[in-house]
Amino acid sequence: MSVLYVLLPLALLFAVSALIAFVWATRGGQFDDLQTPAVRILHDDEDDVGERAAEASDEQPERNE
Amino acid sequence: MTSRAAPTTDGQATNPPRATVATRNGDAMASCSCRHCGLPVPAPLQEPDGDSFCCAGCRTVYAMIHGEGLDRFYEMRERQGDELSGRPPAPGQRTYAEFDDVEFQRLYSRPLPAGRMAVDLHVDAIHCAACVWLLERIGQKLPGVAEVRVDLGRSRVCVDWDPTRVQLSAIARHFDKFGYAPEAPRGDGRDEQVRREDRALLLKIAITGAVAGNVMLIAFALYGGALHGMEQNFSDLFRWASLLLTVPAVAWGGIVFFRGAWSALRAGVLHMDLPISIGILAGFVGGAINTITGTGEIYFESVTALIFLLLVGRFLQRRQQRRAAEASQLLYSLAPRWARRVSGDEVQEVPVSALVATDEVEVLAGDVVPADGRVLAGQSNLDVALMTGESRPVAVARDDQILAGTINLTAPLRVRVEQSGECTRVAQLMQLVEESAQRRPRIVKLADRLARWFVTVVLSLAALTAGVWSWLAPEVALDHTIALLVVTCPCALGLATPLAVAAAIGQAARARLLIKGGDVFEKLHQPGVLWLDKTGTLTEGCLRLLSWHGDDTARAALLAVERQSSHPIAVALVRDLASAPAGSDFDGADVTDVEQVLGGGIRATWCGEPLIVGSARFLQEQLPQEALAKQRSVLDDAVQRGHTPILVAIGGKVRGVAALGDALRSSAAATIEQLRQRGWSVGILSGDHRDVVDAVGAELGIDSAVCHGAVTPEEKLRIVEASGADGTATVMVGDGVNDAAALAAASVGVAMHGGAEAALTAADVYLGDGDISSVAELVRGADRTVRVIRRNLLFSLGYNVIGASLAIAGLVHPLVAALLMPTSSLTVIVSSYRARLFVAPRPASERRPAALMDSDARPVTLARSA
Repeated sequence: MSVLYVLLPLALLFAVSALIAFVWATRGGQFDDLQTPAVRILHDDEDDVGERAAEASDEQPERNE
Repeated sequence: MTSRAAPTTDGQATNPPRATVATRNGDAMASCSCRHCGLPVPAPLQEPDGDSFCCAGCRTVYAMIHGEGLDRFYEMRERQGDELSGRPPAPGQRTYAEFDDVEFQRLYSRPLPAGRMAVDLHVDAIHCAACVWLLERIGQKLPGVAEVRVDLGRSRVCVDWDPTRVQLSAIARHFDKFGYAPEAPRGDGRDEQVRREDRALLLKIAITGAVAGNVMLIAFALYGGALHGMEQNFSDLFRWASLLLTVPAVAWGGIVFFRGAWSALRAGVLHMDLPISIGILAGFVGGAINTITGTGEIYFESVTALIFLLLVGRFLQRRQQRRAAEASQLLYSLAPRWARRVSGDEVQEVPVSALVATDEVEVLAGDVVPADGRVLAGQSNLDVALMTGESRPVAVARDDQILAGTINLTAPLRVRVEQSGECTRVAQLMQLVEESAQRRPRIVKLADRLARWFVTVVLSLAALTAGVWSWLAPEVALDHTIALLVVTCPCALGLATPLAVAAAIGQAARARLLIKGGDVFEKLHQPGVLWLDKTGTLTEGCLRLLSWHGDDTARAALLAVERQSSHPIAVALVRDLASAPAGSDFDGADVTDVEQVLGGGIRATWCGEPLIVGSARFLQEQLPQEALAKQRSVLDDAVQRGHTPILVAIGGKVRGVAALGDALRSSAAATIEQLRQRGWSVGILSGDHRDVVDAVGAELGIDSAVCHGAVTPEEKLRIVEASGADGTATVMVGDGVNDAAALAAASVGVAMHGGAEAALTAADVYLGDGDISSVAELVRGADRTVRVIRRNLLFSLGYNVIGASLAIAGLVHPLVAALLMPTSSLTVIVSSYRARLFVAPRPASERRPAALMDSDARPVTLARSA
């Protein structure tokens, strides 16, 4: 049971490091805008965009809604 | 980067004319929709084997997007099921020169390292993921632009650029070309402060959350120990660890409540924060004493969880309230931010703040007049509805005085500035708004009224417990008293109002009602006096042909001659006459020698006969007295109804009378009836002519004693204040600058869609639908919300009664306390978020996905221009 004397501080250390991470993220403004990141994941990565745009420009003009 | 100044695809350079509304209505063509904006394409513009566009603007924007290789914009938009809000883009002619002004950059931009600058710009047209993607891409493709970040919720674009390589105006013009017209940020400079407060609150939540979680874990170990036995040294370790953890939670998180309680106490009022503070402090101090002495219960898990939950409740309410406030801030569309200053032969765009008296400015048709002044040259008609409430356009000519904030409708004007900035009539009215907002009585919230006797009851119960137990068993008296204070700490009571309010504001936003403050609900709960503005609120705010007396020939002549004019009355007549059957048999070719008389009418020759069209006064001047006699009854009837009659005379004989007016909104009568049934008394306050107001009042069945016409903004304010003097709730519904002071003074001010900035600032509620029927929904929703708040309060009081009885009997086991508190909070949370408070007025099929709801309440800019 005396392992508790080590484990309890260790557990608290984990909690504190999580807290520090949160504080860092907040200071960096990661929680300022909670709406745009949700839609930004719909955007593909930069490299991918070039390829897809090239493809798209070949086939798009034929499309008609 | 390739050249972006011109559309890259050739062949698309020849731009067909913009489709008119009339041709767009053809049902056969509806199957073909515009490649860019999704609107139906008129038949002449349809291309069977390619992309069709409804107008030149869409074609240009499509060509640019396509030329940049950004076609994925359309894919993304389809995936979102979203359209460009049914509005074709209109790439403007603005140069944005004022963005390069030193004053502008000093006001809005901030320096970054390495000589770069950052600025936040407002872009109204951002409303979906595809917009975010497109704006960020096109921005970053410009040389000299380091980064473009879009904040969807606030319609902000943050541009990080190098001023030595590219001018801000060039960036702005680039956005504008794609249909995203940027504006100067319109926040009131409190953005930074709000952000700091938000972050500080988040940190407090994080710290108390981490503490609460860990203390709760330790508490489980202690509960286990209590049931099965635990060695003294381990239980001491756990108790001391809990104490150490709780200190920062109380000191950092709890201080919010201590401060609130202290400032309320000093002001001599009782606030919900006081019983909360007592509970937190009692639990903490009691727990600390018991930890040090090594006997009795510690209450740290209850105390920390309490602080955590209450902070989360406050954060939610704050966020919802601010979202509503920001959403309405985005709608500021009518305040002129820039002006076209004339110096010599040159016309320069400058920020309005740079204008001084004796400057000469040019006001184009469709623009907002930037300063008070006198007309130097030009003749035009002004829409003054937002300033005075007058629904009819006002003709102005040389030497006439004009006011900032009015809209120039027909022709360009040269204006000599007399008053600018703070001295204009608009600015003075804003001053009035601020003063009346400060005078407005604050209501004591239900929860705070409850707090008053709650504190009294809890403290007397505590005294009773302490007294009885020190007589029965003095060694446990302190423990039992502290247990009472802890279990009665009104956690659920503190959550009851914020959660219900946050849920209600969220649901209201989905029903397109933006509510800026939680007190609105309680103020609307008791019926009182409701004042309605007329122009733009009860009526549609634009001229319409309401009735026609006369033969078809006169009608055709009228249509033909009015097609030659750009006067607002002519525009309304052409629109409404042309859409009627048999309206387009004759065209403008039959009309010759058209002569327009300012403020009177039109003289022309039609099929060889003299044709006179105009007001009764104008025709009386032109024709013999008896010519009008036959139409007298029709004329009198129109005037009595508050309409504007337009007479048509062919060959000296009056052949027809058209009555124009500002039509009532179709939902007005039903809404007023619903409000009456709920016990509200309804009146009209309008700056328009008395006859018009009385006519509208009669049509709606409103007693003429409470129909006030021709009232100035100051009189509106006085009437609203007088009606609320005895403490009854007053509601003012309006849309103009002239309503703003009254909106601020009323217990609840409600502004309409398309209203002026001043009205939006002053109002507590904004109706995104621009429909008067939302007022009835607002009142109904407020009623439901107050009922939910009461239900929440009742639940939490119930739990408190159980807890208090147990504590007085000395039966509070820490497990009981730990169970009671979360159950009571959970009940309140579920009861708040399960309630249907506001019902969106439209059928579900027409609604957009919920994620887009809050942002699509945005208006078309200058919605009021005729």
